[in-house]
Amino acid sequence: MTAEVLLQGIVSGLLMGFVYALIAAGLSLIFGLMEIVNFAHGEFLMLAMFSTYWAWALWRLDPVVSLPLTAAALFLLGFATYQGLIRWVLGAPMLAQIFATFGLAIFLRSAAQAIWGVDFHLVKDPLVQGRISLAGLFIGLPQLMASVGALLAFVFLNWFISRTETGLALRATAQDRQAASLMGIDTERMFALGWGIGAACVGVAGALLTIFFYVFPDVGASFALLAYVTVALGGFGNVPGTLVAGVVVGLIEVLGGLLIAPALKYVAVFVLYLLVVLWRPQGLFGRF
Amino acid sequence: MDRPGEGVLLDVRGVTKRFGGLVANNDISFRVGAGEMVGIIGPNGAGKSTLFDLLTGFQPADAGEVLLDGRPITRFRPDEISRLGVARTFQKLRPFTQMTVIENVMVGAFQKTTDLARARRDATNALERVGLADKAESHARVLSTGQRKRLELARALATKPRLLLLDEVTGGVDLRSIPGLVALVRELNAAGTTLVVIEHNMGVIMDVSRRIVALHLGEVIADGPPAAVGRDPRVVEAYLGQAYVR
Amino acid sequence: MPRPLTFTAGLVALALLLTFPLVFTLPYPRDVMIRIFLYATLATAWNVLAGYCGQISLGHAVFFGTGAYTSTVLVKSLGLTPWAGMLAGAALAVALSQVIGYPVFRLRGHYFAIATIAVGEIVQTFMINWDWVGGARGLFIPIDRTGSLLAFQFRDKQVYYYIALGLLLLALWVTRRIERSRTGYYFRAIREDQDAAASLGIPVARYKQRAMAVSAALTALGGTFYAQYILFIDPESVLPLSLSILICLIAVLGGVGTLWGPLIGAAILVPLGEATRIYLGGTGKAIDLLIYGFLIMVISVVQPGGIMALAQRGRRRTG
Repeated sequence: MTAEVLLQGIVSGLLMGFVYALIAAGLSLIFGLMEIVNFAHGEFLMLAMFSTYWAWALWRLDPVVSLPLTAAALFLLGFATYQGLIRWVLGAPMLAQIFATFGLAIFLRSAAQAIWGVDFHLVKDPLVQGRISLAGLFIGLPQLMASVGALLAFVFLNWFISRTETGLALRATAQDRQAASLMGIDTERMFALGWGIGAACVGVAGALLTIFFYVFPDVGASFALLAYVTVALGGFGNVPGTLVAGVVVGLIEVLGGLLIAPALKYVAVFVLYLLVVLWRPQGLFGRF
Repeated sequence: MDRPGEGVLLDVRGVTKRFGGLVANNDISFRVGAGEMVGIIGPNGAGKSTLFDLLTGFQPADAGEVLLDGRPITRFRPDEISRLGVARTFQKLRPFTQMTVIENVMVGAFQKTTDLARARRDATNALERVGLADKAESHARVLSTGQRKRLELARALATKPRLLLLDEVTGGVDLRSIPGLVALVRELNAAGTTLVVIEHNMGVIMDVSRRIVALHLGEVIADGPPAAVGRDPRVVEAYLGQAYVR
Repeated sequence: MPRPLTFTAGLVALALLLTFPLVFTLPYPRDVMIRIFLYATLATAWNVLAGYCGQISLGHAVFFGTGAYTSTVLVKSLGLTPWAGMLAGAALAVALSQVIGYPVFRLRGHYFAIATIAVGEIVQTFMINWDWVGGARGLFIPIDRTGSLLAFQFRDKQVYYYIALGLLLLALWVTRRIERSRTGYYFRAIREDQDAAASLGIPVARYKQRAMAVSAALTALGGTFYAQYILFIDPESVLPLSLSILICLIAVLGGVGTLWGPLIGAAILVPLGEATRIYLGGTGKAIDLLIYGFLIMVISVVQPGGIMALAQRGRRRTG
């Protein structure tokens, strides 16, 4: 293998890493707030991709143009999921919590299959396409766009939770629910907001992915698996940690594919994950 | 001097624990003789519960040694330490909520037997000692805080420990239950169990123990009979300091 | 219910189950019953680890696949009877469970569940890419028409029926034995609070491994049975995440941490799957899954204890 191929791999792994990080950030935020893993996270992503696709198919809205709409739609979905489902299992045993979102995942995925069928869809002729050549490396513009977009969204999210008053309230709720409510924070609202923001992150990621990725009902599954690994690597609830973890996952995926075998790229990621948690059960960076 | 003295059961030697920059326990040393009843006092954050975690293997010490019967148990796991005859309760109560009261206690009793009927008998005995026998078939989750304390105590007793570490016997318990719990602790000691008791209620601890170890900011600041420790200027200052902070 | 009555009821139920294939001679009803028994066995096995010991595994297909692949490979390469392969599969599953358990049992709660998913994905991907065991194309079990019991292949579903029932009874018996032993109390204590359990002298890691071993062995037995019943296995049918999830769904629906819960769950979910497939399916649309998903959400919100908890509540009210 030549150095160019390797370098090319590293670049594309890095680019995907930022998208993984954004998907995982939403998951991590929700977990940090209430110690619930959203097992329907991949299905949220799938819905974001379908909504982006249909905005294009029906109204010729380019994914980049419809991105704010998708993010808003996903925010509402997350908000509604909290109000309609999660709120009712907050005090329930962990198994009930796992299965509430697992049930939602199966429901959403099969609903998508029932409504839209199992076919693959693709946005044709998007605004951003083609590739640029940089010092002998080819970089797909859609991938670059997705990566930069994800990074911007990530930076915005981080700014929001660390600098704004609402963000502080979110973090206070994550730290200590009781203390936060004693301080006059409406923790119920924070939870709902957290779900909204977490889903909106996926909305942005989904819109960006749709520029260059096929859309189909099962598309969320593999992304979700990577997101769980990313979150666990970065430390559950540690939003900044997911950025590093996302990049690590993106790189391992590509390098595993290049150096071992393309079919084993996910195996490389999962093995890395198991090795890391063996060494540090709380993930690379622990909780925030 | 460094050899374990006659009848020393627990020997804590220079135990230190840091959390990041915070030193929770700093070079703590004391000994507990077989049959003794030692109280551990100290203001909030003095490092009392951390000390229990170090003694029972729930957290690794950064430095120092813990000896039981003169043999080091510093690197032992919690379950191993329990099987060596050291039982503990937790400040934050941890009942097995989806099990009944008798089942909770049977889990403790199973340390000494694999026989179901015998475990049940031993558990019933332990429940009678703490005065909870009438609740045997209730679910643990329906108990009041005071009852949960008794349950946790019964569970620990059912392992038939030589050394019992009690974290906050009267904390969160309504006033009427305190005399009963105090009498129980006395009884246990009289029956030969060595006790180390963390307690916030100064009246209770001064009354019950024959010896007190006072901690402040992770260090031992006094060790002796209750009256002497109560008069020790550093102890008085530690508690006054806390009063000012409040 | 007083005990003699429960005992009589159990005997009657068993007698009915034993005579069922004599009354219903068509393959289809027998097939449905066989699959109820098989899935009930798997869910009962999962329940030992997750329901009693509280370690929620989402990767149990690994052990099912181990059973299916071990006996099949042994038949194909050595001509070994699947009965011996079944035992070998269970033994291998136990060994594998201990290797997997060592790292993943250091994790708690959600971390544990996700780690088991990761293990499942690793194993499935490996098998897809391992050509010696058929890779993604899978393996056909060589047809043996001798009708010998040793061949573990029968034209008549009746025999499969009794084998599946036997497996289920074995799983239930093992669970009952555990429930009524120190081990069962230790499992539940670990599920409730593993620190408190350790403080009472329970070697937590060792007991988790024990629960995993029992669970893995029983699951692997089911895997071999499946291979011999369907006579074809591939990573997509015996190792997918969806199978791992279905196993826990059945137990959750019926009631985790109870003896009969998994059986009840299977007795509802398997026919429900059949019904939706017949009346709504066949169009490539996942209506059955849609209903599953909805059902799971409703159960986790309304009655996390599953149907067993409902039944117990009802009994308490009337009693």
